[in-house]
Amino acid sequence: MTELNAKIPAGPLAEKWSNHKAHIGVVSPANKKKLDIIVVGTGLAGGSAAASLAELGYNVTAFCYQDSPRRAHSIAAQGGINAAKNYTNDNDSVYRLFYETIKGGDYRAREANVYRLAEVSNNIIDQCVAQGVPFARDYGGLLANRSFGGALVSRTFYARGQTGQQLLLGCYSAMNRQIAKGKVKVYNRHEVLDVVVVDGKARGVIARNLVTGQIERFGAHAVVLATGGYGNVFFLSTNAMGCNGSAAWQAYKRGAMFGNPCFVQIHPTCIPVHGEQQSKLTLMSESLRNDGRVWVPKKIEDAKKLQKGELNPNDIPDEDRDFYLERRYPAFGNLVPRDVASRAAKERCDAGFGVNNTGKAVFLDFKYAIKELGEDVIRERYGNLFQMYEKITAVDPYHNPMMIYPAIHYSMGGLWVDYNLMTTIPGLYAIGECNFSDHGANRLGASALMQGLADGYFILPYTIGDYLANEIRTPKINTNTKEFDEAEKHVTDRLRKLYDIKGTKSPDHFHKLLGHIMWDYIGMARDKAGLEKAIKMIADLKAEFYKDLRITGEFTAMNNELEKAGRVADFFEIADLMARDALNRNESCGGHFRLESVTEEGEAKRDDEHYAYVSVWEYKGDNQDPEMHKEPLVFENIKLAQRSYK
Amino acid sequence: MADKILKELTLKIWRQKDAKSKGGFETYKIHNVSTGSSFLEMLDILNEQLVSENKEPVAFDHDCREGICGTCSLFIDGRAHGPDDDVTTCQLHMRRFEDGATITIEPWRCGAFPVIKDLIVDRGAYEKILQAGGYVSVNTGGVPDGNAIPIPKDKADEAMDAAACIGCGACAATCKNSSAMLFVAAKVSQLALLPQGKVEAARRAKAMVAKMDELGFGNCTNTGACESECPKSISIEHIARLNREFLKAKLKD
Amino acid sequence: MSNFLTSSIGKKFILSLSGLFLIAFLCVHLALNLLLIFDNSGDLFNIGAHFMATNPIIKIVEPILAIGFILHIVLASILTIQNQKARPIKYARRNQGGNCEWSSRNMYILGAVVLIFLAVHLYNFWWNIKFPTLGTPLAETTVDGVAMEDTYLLVSSLFKTSVVYCLLYILGGIFLGLHLTHGFWSAFQSIGFCNQIWRKRLECLAKIFAFIIAVGFCIIPLYFMLGFAGN
Repeated sequence: MTELNAKIPAGPLAEKWSNHKAHIGVVSPANKKKLDIIVVGTGLAGGSAAASLAELGYNVTAFCYQDSPRRAHSIAAQGGINAAKNYTNDNDSVYRLFYETIKGGDYRAREANVYRLAEVSNNIIDQCVAQGVPFARDYGGLLANRSFGGALVSRTFYARGQTGQQLLLGCYSAMNRQIAKGKVKVYNRHEVLDVVVVDGKARGVIARNLVTGQIERFGAHAVVLATGGYGNVFFLSTNAMGCNGSAAWQAYKRGAMFGNPCFVQIHPTCIPVHGEQQSKLTLMSESLRNDGRVWVPKKIEDAKKLQKGELNPNDIPDEDRDFYLERRYPAFGNLVPRDVASRAAKERCDAGFGVNNTGKAVFLDFKYAIKELGEDVIRERYGNLFQMYEKITAVDPYHNPMMIYPAIHYSMGGLWVDYNLMTTIPGLYAIGECNFSDHGANRLGASALMQGLADGYFILPYTIGDYLANEIRTPKINTNTKEFDEAEKHVTDRLRKLYDIKGTKSPDHFHKLLGHIMWDYIGMARDKAGLEKAIKMIADLKAEFYKDLRITGEFTAMNNELEKAGRVADFFEIADLMARDALNRNESCGGHFRLESVTEEGEAKRDDEHYAYVSVWEYKGDNQDPEMHKEPLVFENIKLAQRSYK
Repeated sequence: MADKILKELTLKIWRQKDAKSKGGFETYKIHNVSTGSSFLEMLDILNEQLVSENKEPVAFDHDCREGICGTCSLFIDGRAHGPDDDVTTCQLHMRRFEDGATITIEPWRCGAFPVIKDLIVDRGAYEKILQAGGYVSVNTGGVPDGNAIPIPKDKADEAMDAAACIGCGACAATCKNSSAMLFVAAKVSQLALLPQGKVEAARRAKAMVAKMDELGFGNCTNTGACESECPKSISIEHIARLNREFLKAKLKD
Repeated sequence: MSNFLTSSIGKKFILSLSGLFLIAFLCVHLALNLLLIFDNSGDLFNIGAHFMATNPIIKIVEPILAIGFILHIVLASILTIQNQKARPIKYARRNQGGNCEWSSRNMYILGAVVLIFLAVHLYNFWWNIKFPTLGTPLAETTVDGVAMEDTYLLVSSLFKTSVVYCLLYILGGIFLGLHLTHGFWSAFQSIGFCNQIWRKRLECLAKIFAFIIAVGFCIIPLYFMLGFAGN
C-alpha cells in the first residue's frame, strides 16, 4: 500500500469541488438509516460532523474523553474564524483567502484542498448565525470583522474573545438536537484506543470507559477521527491537559499514514512560563496584536535591569524601545504570521534582550492603543483576555505591558488524507486538526476553526457518501469477530504492560522530561546534530519509561494515571517520528526552522527544489524504521515565491 | 511577578472510591508551593507526592486549565471555584492563600450531580437539559446569509453575555437550593434574544424547565449566589427572562 | 396551562403573586394601624376598624386574604422541602457570606418567625374582635353617634400593660422587614418583571419598602410603651 493517491479532481481550481461533488456517490435516505458511523472526538470538526451526518440520516456514535462534548479543546480558541465574505469591502475574495492561506502555510499545502476550504468558509458563518451563535455586531446590526496575522484584509468573525467556545456550543447544540432524536449516541468519558480494521476497511474502534475502566468495542461502517493535534508531546503547550495523539497514532500503527509530523505551530503570544511547577501554558489571543505593540529594550543594560526587577518597563522611553516586528517587517508589522513572530521573539531573547526574570519574554504593550482609542474601547475588545492575564500573572495589563513568549499551539501535521479526507485505510477518515491537509507548514490565525467546521459541516458529509454508497449492502458490523478480539486484546495487553511495570516514577515525570527534549531540540529551531541527539534521547527516555513507570490505583476502575501513561507512551513514538521528519526536511518552512537553511538576513529559507512535497510516513513495525513516501505538491495556480512580510 | 514560596499547606480533601462507596475526608500536608502556581498545579504536586508514596492520587476534573472548558469543579473553603470571584478553579492561583493555611476541598454537592470518584461529579444532568431544547432547529446547509437579519448590537451583546456559560455547574453547586436556573436561563435567554432562536422560544423554555424539574434540581429563590460564583459573571437578570419566557409560553397553552 | 403548578416556575409564580398580594394587604394594614398614633382619643382608629369590620368589600376580601396566606405558606413549604431534598449530602464547609445576603438565604425561617408572630397577633386582636363570646368581650364605644367596639382600647391597653408584648411586636416588625428586603424584589424577579434597569430599582425599592413597613409597625408598640399616648 505504498501508492498514494490524493484523488485531487481534474479541472480548473475554482470548479474542482463542485465538479467533484457532482460526480461522487450518494447514499439514498432509506439506506442512510442502515449505515453506522463512528466519530471520535467532539470538537468543532467532530461535533459538526456528528451533527451533520445524523441530520442526513446516518446513525452516529460519537466519543469524547471529556465529561461532555462541549468541553473539547476547540472551546479555547479565542480570536475568531476567517471567511471570505468581503463584508468590509476591502477586496477580499475566495481566491485571496486561498492565496493567503497557501502563502501563510509557506507553500506546503495542497492547492485544491485549500481552495475548497476558502470556498466553503462563507457557508460556515451563515450556518453558525442560523444556530444562534452571537457573533460580534456593529451598531447597524450587521456582523463585525477584525484583522488577523498574515492577512491584508479584515475577514475574521468573532464572538468577543470566545469565538471557539461559541462555535463549539453551536455545533454541540446541533448535536444535542440529534441526540434527543436518537440519531447520535455520545459516549462521554470514553477514550478510543484502537481502530479495528476488517478486510482492509475500518470497521470499528476499541474504547476504554474512563469511569469503569472497562474496555469496550464498537462497530460501524465508517470511522471518522476528529481527535485534534498532538502538541502535548511538548508537555507544556496551549493544548488542554487531556489532548492526546493516541487514537490517531493507533490508526497510524494500523496502516493510516502520517503526513508532515514535524510541522507544529508555535504561537507567539502566550503567557511566559513561571517555573517548574507549571502544568500548561495559556494563550493570549493573536487578536491582541491588532492593537498591542511588541517590543523589547534597545539597550542590553535595560533588559538586564528588567530581568532583575530593578526597572519598571513603563519608565523606558519610546526611543529606547525596539519594536522589532515593526522594524523588521514594516508591511505587516505586529501582524506577521505566527511562525515569523515567534522566531523574532526567540531571536531577541537569545540575543539577551528578553525580559521577565527568566529573560524569556517580550512585551506586548497596549499603552499606545489606549492613548489612541481609550481604555473603554480596549476593554470592550479584549476585556476577558486582560482579566485572564491579570488572574494568572497578577499584573494589570491596562497599565503595564503584557509579557508574552512563544509556546506550542497547533499541529499542522497529522494523518494523511486524500481530497475526500480519507486516510490510507479505506473507511477511516480524519478531519480537523487531526489531519494534515490545509495549513501546510504554518497555520494562519482564525483558520483552525474554519477548517474544523468546513470539514465537519460541508466536506465530510459529502465525501463520506462516496465511500458509503458502496457499503449499503454491508450489514450491521458484528463486533464478535477475531479482528475485534485481537484489537481488544491488543489494547488490554498494552495497558496491562504499562500497569505492571511497577517502577517508581509517575507518567507526568516522564512527560515533563520528554517535553524538555522536544522544546530544546525539536522546538523553534532545529538542526541535524540536535535532531539526531534528540532521537537518541527519546529512545533512552522511552526505555527508562518502560522500566521505571509507576501507575498507582486500580486497573479496572477510573484511573487518571493509567490514562496519562497510555498517552505518554504514544507521545514517545510521535516524538520519534517528528524528529525523523524534521531531520529529513532540510529546509526552513513555516513552523519548521532548520538552522542550516537560512537567508543572509537570518530569515527562513525554503527549498522548493528538494522539498516541495508532503512527507508521508508509513508504519513498518515496532522495531523497524518507518518508511517515508512523498506526495509531490503541484502548484498550478500559485507561483512559488520566498515568503516575505517586509 | 516575584513569586513566593508557601512552605506548608494542609489539605482536607474528600476521597471516595467510586459512586457507590461512602467517602470521607483525608488530610494531607504539602510543602514548597510557589504562589505563582495555579490551584490545580498545587494538586498536581500533591498527586506527584502521593504517587511517590505509592498511594493513589486524588482524582479531580480538569482539562483546558484556562477557564473556558468548564471541566474543573472544586468547592474550596466553602465556595465554588474558591475564594476569588469570576474565576474557575483552574484560574485560581496560590497567591490567594497564606502560608500554613488549611484548605478544604470538596466535590460539587448536588443531588443531580452524583460523585463518581473523589472530587469528580457527573454533570450529565446539564447535558440532558440542553438536549431537551437548548438548540435552534436548523440543519446544516440551506440557511440565509449571515447578514440577512440584522440584530441590534445590544441584543447580540446581551445574548453573548448569556452564551458565555461554560456549563461548569458552579451555579447549582453553590445555590442553597441546588437550583440549575442560571444554567437553564443562560441558554434560554441567549436564544430568546436572537431572531434565530425566537421562533421556537416557547417550546424551548417549557421543555428545558420541565427537564430541569424532572432531574431533581431545587427551586430558585433568587438569592443571587449563582451569579456571584459564576466564573463568567452571568447575571440573574437572565433568570427573570427565563421566567418571562416560561410564563408567556405556559399562558398561551 | 397543563402542569403549571407542578413546575418550579409555576409554583414560584403563585408564591410571588400571593406575596405581592400580601404586600398590598400590609400597606392597607399599616395605614390603618398608623391611625392609632394620630388620635389619642382612639376615635379615628375605631372608625377605621369599624369600617373594615362592616364594609362588604372587605368581607369578601378577607377570605381571599386567608387563601393568600395559606397559598404562600403551603407553596413556600413545598418548595423548601424540595430544595432540601435536592442536596442529600451537605457541604462540610460552607461560606455563603461571600456570595449572597443572609435574609435571601433564610426566607423560610424568617417567614416561619413571622408566622409565629402572626399567630400571637391573631390571638391578641382578631380572635377577640371576631369571636367576642369566646374570648374577652370588647368594650363598646360611640363615635359620632355610631356604636362600635372599642378596638383602640384593646390595642392600647395591651401595649400599655405588657412590655413583653411590645418587644414581641417590635421583633415581629423587624423580621417582617427582613423578609421583605428579599421578598419584595424576589417576587418581581420570579414573575419575570426584572431586567438590567429594573433590577437596581427594584432592589432599592425593596429596601425602602421593607424599611417603611418595619419601622411603621415598630412605631406603634413603641408609641404606647414609651407613654406617648398617656397611661
